[in-house]
Formats: sequence, C-alpha cells, structure tokens
Amino acid sequence: MANWSQLISLALFSATIRSLTPVLYPALAGIFSERSGVLNIGLEGMMLISAFAAVVGSYYSGNAWIGVLWAIAAGLLTSLIHAFMCITLKADQAIVGTGINILGIGLPSYLLLKLFGSQGISPIVNRLSKWRIPVVVDLPVIGPILGEHSPLAYIALIMVPVSWFVLFKTPFGLRLRSVGENPSAADSVGVNVYLMRYIAVMISGVLASLGGAFLSISYLAQYTRMMTAGRGFIGLAAMIFGRWNPWGALIACLIFGFADALQATAQAANVPIPPQFLLALPYILSIVTLIGAMGRANPPAYVAKPYEKA
Amino acid sequence: MKPAVEMRNIVKQFPGVLANDHISLTVEKGEIHGLLGENGAGKTTLMSILSGMSVPDEGEILLNGTPIQFGNCEDAIKQGIGMVHQHFMLVPVFTVAENIVLGNEPHKGLQLDIDQARTMVNRLSSHYGLKVDPDSVIRDISVGSQQRVEILKVLSRDAKIIILDEPTAVLTPQEVEEFYIVMRALREAGNTIIFITHKLQEIQEITDRTTVLRDGKVVGTVNTKDADNERLARMMVGRDVVLHVKKEEHQAGKVELRVENLFAKDARGLPAVKDISFEVRAGEVVGIAGVAGNGQNELVEVITGLRKQESGKIYLGDRDISKMTTRERIYAGLAHVPQDRQRRGLVMDFTLVDNFLLGYEDSPPFIEGPMINYREAERFSERSIEMFDVRTPGAHVTARTLSGGNQQKMIVAREFQRNPTVLIAAQPTRGLDIAATEFVHEELIELRAQDKAVLLISMELTEILDLSDRILVIYEGEIVGSMKANEATPEKLGLLMAGG
Repeated sequence: MANWSQLISLALFSATIRSLTPVLYPALAGIFSERSGVLNIGLEGMMLISAFAAVVGSYYSGNAWIGVLWAIAAGLLTSLIHAFMCITLKADQAIVGTGINILGIGLPSYLLLKLFGSQGISPIVNRLSKWRIPVVVDLPVIGPILGEHSPLAYIALIMVPVSWFVLFKTPFGLRLRSVGENPSAADSVGVNVYLMRYIAVMISGVLASLGGAFLSISYLAQYTRMMTAGRGFIGLAAMIFGRWNPWGALIACLIFGFADALQATAQAANVPIPPQFLLALPYILSIVTLIGAMGRANPPAYVAKPYEKA
Repeated sequence: MKPAVEMRNIVKQFPGVLANDHISLTVEKGEIHGLLGENGAGKTTLMSILSGMSVPDEGEILLNGTPIQFGNCEDAIKQGIGMVHQHFMLVPVFTVAENIVLGNEPHKGLQLDIDQARTMVNRLSSHYGLKVDPDSVIRDISVGSQQRVEILKVLSRDAKIIILDEPTAVLTPQEVEEFYIVMRALREAGNTIIFITHKLQEIQEITDRTTVLRDGKVVGTVNTKDADNERLARMMVGRDVVLHVKKEEHQAGKVELRVENLFAKDARGLPAVKDISFEVRAGEVVGIAGVAGNGQNELVEVITGLRKQESGKIYLGDRDISKMTTRERIYAGLAHVPQDRQRRGLVMDFTLVDNFLLGYEDSPPFIEGPMINYREAERFSERSIEMFDVRTPGAHVTARTLSGGNQQKMIVAREFQRNPTVLIAAQPTRGLDIAATEFVHEELIELRAQDKAVLLISMELTEILDLSDRILVIYEGEIVGSMKANEATPEKLGLLMAGG
C-alpha cells in the first residue's frame, strides 16, 4: 500500500539528476542556437535521430562510447541540415524545425525496420557504465546524490558553467550573441554572421545529440520509438524559463527533473494517485512555470530572422 | 598630395534601381566633405561600398592613390575606413564597452578582457571629448550618447577616414551643436570626414567641399563657401525649390478644435500633459513648438484617442469627443499624420493598397456586403499615388520598400483625403528631403486655404515659423507661451522652449 515516507529520500534527488540530464542538453542546445538568432524547435528530432544513431554505433561496435560518437556525428549532420536551410537558404525556421522533428520520428522508425526488422524497439545494446566519482561518492548526503551517475550526466552538469563562460565571458560568445541581437551591427564590425550562426547551430546539434545518446545508451540500453517523449520541447521551455541563460535553464531543469523523479518514485511506492496524473505532472509543471516566466522572457532580438547581407 | 579617397565610375544596380550610375568622387585628406542629395539619390549606397558593406558592380576605389578592393567590412576597417550608419549598428542589450570592442576584442587567454576594454573606452572618450559610460547598456542611454558610442567604435579601430551618414537626424538642436564641435576636433586631429546629409544648413555650417548627388549621378562638387543654399538646393532637386513656403493671408473662421484643461500621463505614469488649453480655428495653422519629449507625443495621443486623459475635455466643433474611440473621432472629422510613420502610420509589411485602406476598410465604397472591394481600393490607391506623387514601382509592393519620404507621402495622401475638419500633423516632415518637405508644406497650406483647422507639432523652428498663424510653446507638459506668428522670432521661441 501507499508509503508516503518512501517518497522523499536521497534516491529521489539522485533520480532528479538522472531525469534532468536529457532536458538540460536540449536546453543548452537551444540557448546556443537561439542566442545566435536561429530558432531551433527541431531539438526533439535531433535527439531522436542521435538516440538511434547511438544504439546503432553501440550495436555494431559493442562499445557504448563509439555509440556516443555516432550520436554526435548524427547530431552534427542533422544540425547542418537545419543550418543550411535556415541560414543559407533563409527558410522559415519554425517550419524547418518542424520538418526535423518529423524526420526524427520517421527516419529511426524506417531504419529500425531495415536494420533490425523491428517495428518499435531495437535490440538491447551495450550501454555506458556509470562513473563512481572517488571521494565524492563517500561523502554523506552528497555522495548518494551526486556520487554515481552516467558520464553523460556529469558532462551535462559541467556544460552549464562551460556554456555560461563561453557565451558571456569570451570574445567568441560576445560575437555569437551579437549576431542574434543585431546581425547588421556584427557584420559592420567584421563578424561573419553566417559562420557564427553555423557554428552555434552545430554546437546545438552536438548538445542535443548527447541528450539523445543519454536516453538510448545510458538511461536505457535500446532505442524505443519516440523515446524522447517531448524532452526536446521541455528543454526549450527550460531555456525560455531560464531566459536563455545556462544557469537559469539549470534551475528549470531541476524543477522538471524533480517532478519527473517524484512521479517515478511515487508510482513505485504505490501512492493512491492515478499514474496517468503522475506521468503528466512534470509536463503540467513545465506549462505552469512557463506561464509564470513568459511575461518577462526577452528572447534574442533577431531569433528566427534570417540575415540578408546588403 | 594624393587624395585620401578617390572613387571612380562606381556603378551599383539594385533590382529595379540603378542606385549609383558611374559616380566619381574625390575627397582630400583632412577635409570635411559633404555628400548632399535627396533620399534615394545614392549617397548611402556609395558610402556602403566605400565601407565594404556592399560590393560595386563596376568602378574602382583608390586610397591615397593606391587601388584597393573590399570584399567585406573587415578589409575596409583595416584600411582605416569607418562608417557611422544612420541606423545605428549597436547591440541594444550589450554595454557601451562591449559594443565598442565587438569584432576586435581584447582578451586574456580565452577570456574577454573587459577591464582593458573599459580602459580603452575611457581613454578614447576623454581624448576626443566624447562622454560615455563604458558600463551602461545601450538601450538605456540617449540617442545622442549612442551616437558617441558609434563614433568611438570607429575611432577605436584607428579610422582615418570617417563616414557619417545623416548623423544629425536623430539629435536635438543642442546635441547637433556639440556634434559640430566633435567633427571639427576630428578634422583637427587629421582625419578625413565624409558627411552625408540632405540638410543645406548643415552643409553650410560644417563642410569644406560638397558633392551633390541626384538620381544616382554626380551633379557636381563645389567649394561650400562659394555656394549658397538656393544653388545647392537647385543642384540637389534639379529645379528651383521653394525653401520657405509662402502663404496667403487667410481669415480664420469658427473654432474647430478646442482643448480644455487637459491632463495626461506618459507611459511611465508620470504627468506629461499639464492643464493644456487651446483652440484651433477653421483656416488656421496652429504650431506647437518645443524640444522633443516635452509632452507633445502625449498631447497628440490624447487628442487622437490613442491615450486616455486624466481629466479635461476635447471638442471637435461643438461635439465633445473626449470619450470617443479613435475610430469615432476619425468619423467625427479628425485626421492624424502621426509622428512615427513606421510604427503608427503604416503597416510596413502590408502592400500600399492595404495601407491606403486603413481607416477606410469598413466604409463604402470600399466594402461590398461583408467583403472588401479591392477593385475600389486599388483605384483609390492608384489615384492617391498619382495625386500625391508617391514614387513606387506599383501599388502592390509593401510599404517597407518605399523611402521614408514616400512613406510619408502615402500617409499624407490617406489622411488628407479623409476630408477632415481638423488635421493633427505631428512632425510631418521629419527625415524628409527638401522636395518632399516642400510638398508636405504646400499640402498643409492648401488645407488651410480650404478652411480646415491644422494643428502642427514640430521640433523644427523654421517649419513652425513658416507655416503657423499662431504659435504655442510647450515646455514640460505646459503651454508656456502663445503668440501670433508674425510676432515670433527664433530667439523668442528658443528661450521659451528652454523653459526661460
């Protein structure tokens, strides 16, 4: 029967870290892309394609890290499609992103059938083994929460200060943000607007791909159809909530991750709440936080606007 | 000595327009060279080419006698050419220092060295007397300060040839005076300055020599001190121009617009209009003079119904319109040429036909049952384009593609044809060239001759003095002076405008 006291535990916070990882990646990915002025609502699709590529890589090599490389390659390729359409061809960025999302559903399903003869799931593959961080793992409280996770979870957390530093403390970041805020101004001082945007979208693709790989060869050890379950979009919500700042996005991801971990723990603990409601909880929470954040959100001025050189 | 800049036979074709038609321009080292021409004459295009922002189809450029070729701005910057654009090239959410170093950032290892940037900005700022705060965010500072940032940006890249594209358009009269001082200081320091403008007064004030462009061609280059305003205007427009519109004596009729004890607040909730009362009669132009930001915008918005008054009454003829919606006021006979034509006057991405339809879209003959009668709308647009000489390739292009002057002509065409009893014209010639200004002035005087009441709000004293029958001066939301136009002088008005 229900056991409420089981709900709040150190394991819940550890699960929070696990749950926030696949949302934090697309959130950071979105920040890079949109800070440069390129809307990227195709993150969900990029994650799905990369998740599948990771499984394929791991399946054929037997090494999950090769799977990660495959995922990165797939993410780069997908983001290049996005960049080419949005930056070079100046297509409508929302439509290109939607196209990538549809591709993200269709392409893995097709290849799943071709490669594995399966409709919805791939074979089980080798997955990344967790890292135990020496010293940290033995600390009280912190150890059980942060001591033992997927390497991709640690990379995600480290990417928060790294992204913040790159975006806000380096000349590269200043230029990246300038092409998203006023590309003509950037151009007039010799910043290559197109190149900066390509780089930003490619960084975005790599980050999204790590999110995908986390789901398929770390959290699980196989690809299942539409396994991202909207996390790419939740990531975008976290980006907006966090005002296009990595630290802000981390806070939003913590809220989502906690809600997600809570619902999983609650289900396991048999609390007398319908599981459908529990499953919906993180998403409801996302909508509520977004409504709260929307009023003060200030997106980069030139997001979704292709740059036309005079 | 070789000239600092020599541009030879520059040709630049845009779709449908030959912007530069074999233009040759020589600028000597250390001079302030005026580039005079109407909107669309090709001044900005020519300078975009010199600054590397666009590539010419034909022609060559020599710097100090050496041929050069630019593919992009970076090359031009390296050659010591810097341009201050009419529309500022600043990132609004960045600080002053960040904007100045963008593209040329000092760094410590991987990290942007913001301290060094700040020091550099302070050093340049005090060296040239261009006061800025390196840590202010651009969107929080005044337009005048933003312009100083633009100039510092150019100077920080060691520019020796500085192009200024209509730099005074956004400045208040006091800021313009300060700006002249800066320009002279830059010339003293050995820089060469190319100064784009369409204002004759500025050419006379500051330039050594002037090249006049018209329709993409060079009309001629003159020593400024040898040329008077009439001659320059003729070169620029291609015909004699009436610099000061002449108006016939006209008897004012009954009161058409009456404002009584009006109070209103601005967007921040602070009092902006304080107890303003006045009246405008049929066949009379009443001018409101004042420095920008003294409540003019709020006053116009309250009269036109775009802003709610705190208290007070507005009468159109005998009717109290204070509680009416904007639409009802238009039907009651009020027309409005708004100050910000791109924000309030036009929908920039609509075609000219749709823009002409605005405010007419629910009245015959433009509706037929529930539908818009587009044939009628097109006829109206084409007639308006013809009558008001709007220069456009057709009625189906978007408003955005027209020059500022032609956009303004569209609004004037639309509003004047409402056949209003009262017209509110807020800065109707801002940013317009001489020919378009002349046109708008003549149309306003024509309305007066037709016994319409005209309320003119302008920052340009000459405009106020030329057109008005009576002049009111607004200062900090209050009317601080009222006089007949023939009793007014620029000195008198200037003193009142400054709150004296």
